Amino acid sequence: MSKAFKRSITKALENPNLGGILDRWNYPATRAKAYEGVDFEALRGEISAIKGEAAGRLPELADQFQQAAEAKGAKVFRASSPQAVLDYILGLCRSKGVKKVAKSKSMASEEIHLNKFLGEHGIQADETDLGEWIVQLAHQTPSHMVMPALHLTKEEVSDLFSQELKQPLSNDIQALVKVARKALREKFFEADLGVTGANIAIAETGTLVLMTNEGNARLVTTLPKIHVAIVGLEKLVPRFQDAAPILKALPKSATSQLITSYVSMITGPVPNDDGTMKDLHIILMDNQRTAMAADPEFKQALQCIRCASCLNVCPVYRLVGGHVFGHIYTGGIGTILTAWFNELKTTEDIQGLCIGCGKCNEVCPGKIDIAGLILELRRRLGQKEGLPFIQKSALQIINNRKVFHTMLRAASIAQKPFAKEGFIRHLPMFLSGLAEHRSLPAIAPQPFRDLFPEIRQPKGGPKVAFYAGCAIDFVSPKVGLAVVKVLNQAGYEVIFPQEQSCCGIPHWASGANEMAALAAAHNLGPLLAEEVEYVMTACATCATALKKEWPHLLQQQGMAGLVPKAEAVAAKTVMFTELVAKLIQEGRLTPKDGLELQSVTYHDSCHAKRHVGIYKEPRAALGAAGFDLREMNESDTCCGMGGSFTVKQPELSMGMLKRKLDNAEQTGAQYLCAECPGCLIQLGGGLDKRGSSLQAKHPAELLEDRFKDPEA
Amino acid sequence: MSEVAMFELFKSRVEGAGAQVHRVATRQEAIECVLKTLEAEGVGSGATAIWAESSCLEGCDTQALSARVPGLGFTVTREAAKAARVGITQMAWGIADTGTLVQDGSGVGQRLASALPWTHIALLDARQLVPDLATLLTKVDPTKSAFLGFITGPSRTADIERVLAIGVHGPERLVVICVDDLEGGRL
Repeated sequence: MSKAFKRSITKALENPNLGGILDRWNYPATRAKAYEGVDFEALRGEISAIKGEAAGRLPELADQFQQAAEAKGAKVFRASSPQAVLDYILGLCRSKGVKKVAKSKSMASEEIHLNKFLGEHGIQADETDLGEWIVQLAHQTPSHMVMPALHLTKEEVSDLFSQELKQPLSNDIQALVKVARKALREKFFEADLGVTGANIAIAETGTLVLMTNEGNARLVTTLPKIHVAIVGLEKLVPRFQDAAPILKALPKSATSQLITSYVSMITGPVPNDDGTMKDLHIILMDNQRTAMAADPEFKQALQCIRCASCLNVCPVYRLVGGHVFGHIYTGGIGTILTAWFNELKTTEDIQGLCIGCGKCNEVCPGKIDIAGLILELRRRLGQKEGLPFIQKSALQIINNRKVFHTMLRAASIAQKPFAKEGFIRHLPMFLSGLAEHRSLPAIAPQPFRDLFPEIRQPKGGPKVAFYAGCAIDFVSPKVGLAVVKVLNQAGYEVIFPQEQSCCGIPHWASGANEMAALAAAHNLGPLLAEEVEYVMTACATCATALKKEWPHLLQQQGMAGLVPKAEAVAAKTVMFTELVAKLIQEGRLTPKDGLELQSVTYHDSCHAKRHVGIYKEPRAALGAAGFDLREMNESDTCCGMGGSFTVKQPELSMGMLKRKLDNAEQTGAQYLCAECPGCLIQLGGGLDKRGSSLQAKHPAELLEDRFKDPEA
Repeated sequence: MSEVAMFELFKSRVEGAGAQVHRVATRQEAIECVLKTLEAEGVGSGATAIWAESSCLEGCDTQALSARVPGLGFTVTREAAKAARVGITQMAWGIADTGTLVQDGSGVGQRLASALPWTHIALLDARQLVPDLATLLTKVDPTKSAFLGFITGPSRTADIERVLAIGVHGPERLVVICVDDLEGGRL
């Protein structure tokens, strides 16, 4: 990570305005209200089908659009590069004597830095979208695709307007908007040429669809006699009817509105008020979009409708805003677009901002696997540029079970001077930053694998193979003991294959898929050695590997022969609470009578909720076992752990942790529960540092004394 | 959806978007409603209004209307629209589930009169309501209407600190007059 990048993160975190505005808006709640009564999954199914089809037919649809628009009298220019777009517009301005340009909001024009270019050639381009105008006056780039000036306060806006208009102004937002109306009204009338983008371009009819709330696109396309629309190829859809689902989803996802105040559909030139016809130029811009469409992994990124909901829900964006992304497009989708529209290497730093929580995927109306594509960028960067030496070595060590486990055992002894009550208390100075807001966990004196053979279990019952994962094995063996106890109460015998080792998720999350596949391959034999009813894990991260990722990884890394085995493991794998909820329902686990009611708030780990879809089961199990569930605000927002993310981006990780703990503490519950040892390290460490009365617990710890013993 | 239910949904959505809805029976009542709104807006006592070409004005003595409300004009130019307090246009369709008005804005007067003044009065024949956008797209043909304008509530922004402000570049007030039979009962 470059020093400048690190500084930009620190600077962003110090600006309270960046985090505050999105939080006050409460996007998740307002978005839910806008989508009331709408089947979001069906709607995004429709959109992704339409946009996916279009992405597969870009050149053909561009031809069709061109023919239809030209038949109506528009001029269509096909531009492969930003420079071609700039040259075309400059040529047009020169031939028509254009001195002033009025623009409505267009990310495509930002992408090619149009204003700067025209300014250098003596042509004044004025933004008329309020947010874009503010950003233009501040000589900045948009920090958000839909709300460009989100990062600025009313005081800053007032200063910018005062400077521009050379008059003192108040900080009153309503008054500032009226000032802008008056100033910008003249610009519409003075402009010789209007520039817009387009939200949708319909191939069948040659129609441009423009959406605004302010009404500036209506004026930009009505008052100047020349209209230039810059349209990225990804805006193409085949049929007129295809506009309906996009028009339905975009305002709801972007600004929690049912529809924007204005939608304009323009098909060919319209008359001006002097009786002449509009001089309409439509520029279809490629700039790497067809290359993207040809990439089997990244083609789906063209399904983006630019709603920016992936920014609004991103726990990292919500802390630092858009400018740390360094380029025009910000947030999750912005990272992907930057990799293509600029080049892969420009995302070396910003791809590391993604913690992989997958919150964006849940809300994306284009059904894009945004988190997965960023991981793919990381993998390609690692392949092209190589992983940093220390990271690579660490991952290699983790993959060598004997060496890794020997190191963990050694660490357990070496940490003794620093460890107390399961936390590292006094770190050497150079490491203390890591423990500023969160105590670090200590390695347990004895790993679970050494404790396991001492457990006395009932014999002769059905068997469950326990995949403990490194964290339960070496940091929280007591969770492993609790897991075994509960399963024994249901009459199961738990076996622990001693040869098991790391699940490979740390490698996968670093883009080192070849090492992740080796980790998968190593574990299959031990897990399938004995006939068992279930393979069980009490770690959401391991569950993601066993239930979901191993077959893909093996296939991708040339080990297709092992895929059937990986699929056999996936089919048998359950999470601990998933199994407990099932056993309660089947009557094989019976809660004790007269249990004391205790209160718990449940944190949904990203891996459990969004990768393997387990979130109802733990609540059902805890509820049946006498726990009062108190839901916290945003229970499924990431806690900031993210494996190595917390080490690479400690400031961001701690910012996310703070929000999570604030939400959890507000419930007044006794316990904060999560079925993810990684999250628990983060949550427990944070609560310890705060001296909170709330206790972080694994569900197994809460459930271990709650069920009746099997009848003898 | 019944016509009554569709209008009720339309009305609640239009109001939810921050606009007003009047329901009247005849063209005559609609024109009276327009004139009353103009007077309330101060047209006739200094402020001006422009009424863009509307089929409901066919055969109507517009001079008599201007005589009743001085300041009301029927010639729409950019300068007249810029100066006007109120613009009046007739809409082609209404969409119930979003409270949206749809205009054929191919004629420049339609665009100027609905986009530039502070207040926009929109006339709509109630029979032109459709339940949703998808239905509307089956009724309109973009190759026959070069500019289809969809209007939902007044002009708005939340670009400064996510705080809602009304009337940025377009009207800050939208008045919808929904008429049972806008074309019938010629004067």
